[in-house]
Amino acid sequence: MSWLLPLLVAVPLLGAALTAATDHVLPRHVKDLIGIAAAGTTCAFGILVMLRSEQGDVVHWFGGWHPHGGVALGIDFVADPLSAALAALVGGIVLVALVFSWAYLEEAALLFDTLMLVCCAAMCGFALSGDLFNMFVWLELMGVAAYALTGFEVKEIGPLQGAVNFAIVNGIGGYLIVIGIALAYARTGALNLAQIGVTLTTGGGRGLVVVAMTLVVCGFLCKAAVVPFHLWLADAYAVAPAPVCAVFAAVMTDIGLLGVARVYWTVFSHPFAAHAPAVGDVLLALGIATALLGGVMAFLQRHLKRMLAYSVTCHIGIMLAGIGLLVPAGLAGTADLLLAHALLVAGLFLATGVLLALLRSVDELQLYGKGRRVRWLAALWFGAALGLAGPPYVGVWAGHALIDEAASGRPWIPPLLWIAGALASASLLRAGVRVFLGRGAERDPLLSPEMREQPPGRGTRLAILAPATAVTVVLGLLVSVVPGLTQRTEEAAARFSDRAAYASLVLRGAAAPHTAPLPFALEPTSLESVLYGIGAVLLAAALAAFGLRRPQLGGIPLLVAPARAVKAVHSGVIGDYVMWLTVGTAVIGGIWAVALR
Amino acid sequence: MSYAPYAVAAWICVVGLYGIVTSRNLIHLGVCLTVTQSSTYVLLLAVGYVHNGGPPIFTGVPPGTRAVDPVVQALTLTDIVVSVTVLALILALALDVHRHAGTIDPDEIAELHG
Amino acid sequence: MSRRARLAIFAPALVGFAALLVWGVAGLPHFGHYRGPYGHVVNRIVIPERHVSNAVNATTYDIRGFDTMGEEFILFAAVTGVVLLLRGSGRTRAEKDDVVRSDVVRAAGAVAPAVVVLVGLWVAAFGFVTPGGGFQGGVAVAGGAAVLFVTLGYRAWSRLGNESILDPLEGLGAGGYVVVGVAALASGLPFLTNIFGFGVAGTLRSGGSAELLNWAAAIEVAAANLILMTEFVEQYLVRGRS
Repeated sequence: MSWLLPLLVAVPLLGAALTAATDHVLPRHVKDLIGIAAAGTTCAFGILVMLRSEQGDVVHWFGGWHPHGGVALGIDFVADPLSAALAALVGGIVLVALVFSWAYLEEAALLFDTLMLVCCAAMCGFALSGDLFNMFVWLELMGVAAYALTGFEVKEIGPLQGAVNFAIVNGIGGYLIVIGIALAYARTGALNLAQIGVTLTTGGGRGLVVVAMTLVVCGFLCKAAVVPFHLWLADAYAVAPAPVCAVFAAVMTDIGLLGVARVYWTVFSHPFAAHAPAVGDVLLALGIATALLGGVMAFLQRHLKRMLAYSVTCHIGIMLAGIGLLVPAGLAGTADLLLAHALLVAGLFLATGVLLALLRSVDELQLYGKGRRVRWLAALWFGAALGLAGPPYVGVWAGHALIDEAASGRPWIPPLLWIAGALASASLLRAGVRVFLGRGAERDPLLSPEMREQPPGRGTRLAILAPATAVTVVLGLLVSVVPGLTQRTEEAAARFSDRAAYASLVLRGAAAPHTAPLPFALEPTSLESVLYGIGAVLLAAALAAFGLRRPQLGGIPLLVAPARAVKAVHSGVIGDYVMWLTVGTAVIGGIWAVALR
Repeated sequence: MSYAPYAVAAWICVVGLYGIVTSRNLIHLGVCLTVTQSSTYVLLLAVGYVHNGGPPIFTGVPPGTRAVDPVVQALTLTDIVVSVTVLALILALALDVHRHAGTIDPDEIAELHG
Repeated sequence: MSRRARLAIFAPALVGFAALLVWGVAGLPHFGHYRGPYGHVVNRIVIPERHVSNAVNATTYDIRGFDTMGEEFILFAAVTGVVLLLRGSGRTRAEKDDVVRSDVVRAAGAVAPAVVVLVGLWVAAFGFVTPGGGFQGGVAVAGGAAVLFVTLGYRAWSRLGNESILDPLEGLGAGGYVVVGVAALASGLPFLTNIFGFGVAGTLRSGGSAELLNWAAAIEVAAANLILMTEFVEQYLVRGRS
């Protein structure tokens, strides 16, 4: 079934070429249909590949260039269950976004479908690729399409600022990766992930390998918007149109994390096996810092999309922490969290699109009380916000539970992640109470206003917008109760982190032995996870209530000054962002230089 | 002497980053980004050089002749295309920014912040 | 953050970053002592297995042809993005007073564009034999069109640089690449396998289906660059002084 793998990329690309070539010839709805068909096909093929890959990773060598005596010459795609599932998720989210935008965007949505399909193809390609430079090519492709999609609403300065910041930070991240690739290539003479990993098991050149790892990981962390490379994300995701944000927030940032995990496990896990804690702990620390900062910043926003952008940052941090634990259970937790989070946050962004279309604003304070009429949207909003907090067996709970289990040797980690996630959910709950229930303080000077967004020109075809949003949110909430999901992700994560098996499959075609089929049942869970789940909801509610009452409680100087300082760092100026990028790379590199010598 | 090209690549990268951080003009910033990227070309091509090797073109030349690495040249070609495209987008964005804000100083277009 | 504060934090960070780079490149093999197997294997097999004398293009269009497909689409997406960003404000196709008055320049314009385009096509066609190839040739062809604009003015240019020709061409180039790949898939072989005969090394008929990919890339690059130039030129002409 390996012939399906190239189709995951070829189908959306052909769709994109077709919609662009016939841009002035075909009517708008035909092009939209082509886009929806292409995305739907990609999702369907992705699911097929995922199901097939459960029995063993699927490999496809492009151009028929199989390895010549252990030297991989061509480029390959390797589909293991986690990456195939991510590709299927990409197809699904792009499908929902295209359906939503069919009813949402203006008549003259020039070339929108083309760019969305290109983005879809690039993300699928990145998820499946087994070649380091090929990953870079897909990364740049999704970037280029994304920069243009961010600046889509060209009529205002905000989208342009977001697009510029996005382009420059991610561009530099890409170049860091190329320098890392050049270093690794010089040392190993290979670009294939498996082969680089095998070659690095022998020989010295320690400094070079450390620097290569630093640069490649930092480049992917730029895409994944991890502290201190995260500053561009809120600017970009606050201004792109809602369906575009849904795609970005749901899958594009997570792709960066997949890059980190893939590169670490296939290439760098062996040379640094003795010092693995040093590598993992840095990732863990970055993850926790990102989660906490994202949660705090989300709480300090009133622009709903910017708030959601910071909540994405928060959850990305939790996911990175899961990866940084360097055990399969942590990776599995990240995967489950990614799935639930993708669906819920996509639904939330689509909901902001509906808010903008119906009520002409996405500002929490401006919308005060106006959402009272839209009860169904309120239900979805609160449902998704709670799903992101993770009460037992709802939404992100399964992922959190696995990560907490993986962190069992370090009991200070779960509380920190718990607080961060609760902060993000609290800001959403607070916003929901203000908008849909009309309660709480009406003014809050600590939350700075952002620019107005133009509502979309099209009338609101709620008949399409509502089901699209509802389906996404409901699917996200159900993730934790899918029977058999956690066992399968754990097994898939164990396979993902098995460097030797990956290498022998890719380079020598040696298939792994068959494992027994997994049951379809809910795994028993620990009391601790249940308590954390309940606690997350309670904490989120308490923080939301605090946020609603905060202006009336009199300024709490201890909190206000640091909050203002943190907000000031997110200055919107690209020079500052690149400065922080350099600081981050230098610090991470410095720590690894000392710890991994 | 044997590390000079690599040092040049590192220097170009550093200079480009400095230019980006201190830039007062979006077009200048785009060009600095291109400069940073050209450091990757220099590094890639330097990595693939073979002493006394000819170009990897074998027209009328016996196969097995010493030649430099063709793979990094193909990678550099891809890299150049990426650079051109990102620069084109940044220039288009700069044009739009100028149209809407009257300025292309990145320090002054920080409407989204905090 | 003020510029001085930014620089104060940036300077040590940049020094640290530079130190990191220096430490990294210090571990590289000496300049000129490329060790790795990849390049050497490619140089060795390029003629026997593919009958192509230009190893770089064999790598670009055959061995790593999948990367080139992605790269083509990067150009495609970026040009699409530029069109999208520079649209709007309803620019009219007004014929601005853009007349080239110098006779020498106009005389050059009668000859130079054709020469440049021919050179570009030659570079693209002989890509598998001599240095050159689809990308280089496509850019040269677009350059020839730019010479046309410079020497003969906007009216002559707009005959070439209009959307109804360029958009389908660009889509053809990009989509054509994918179609060649899918054709291989349809015959039961991996995507982008070279399924046509390889011809004779050193002649125009070498490379097999990589030759088709070469031309697809040339068409797409030429069309994409022309669209880019059109977009920027029309900004300049219609905006006036800005």
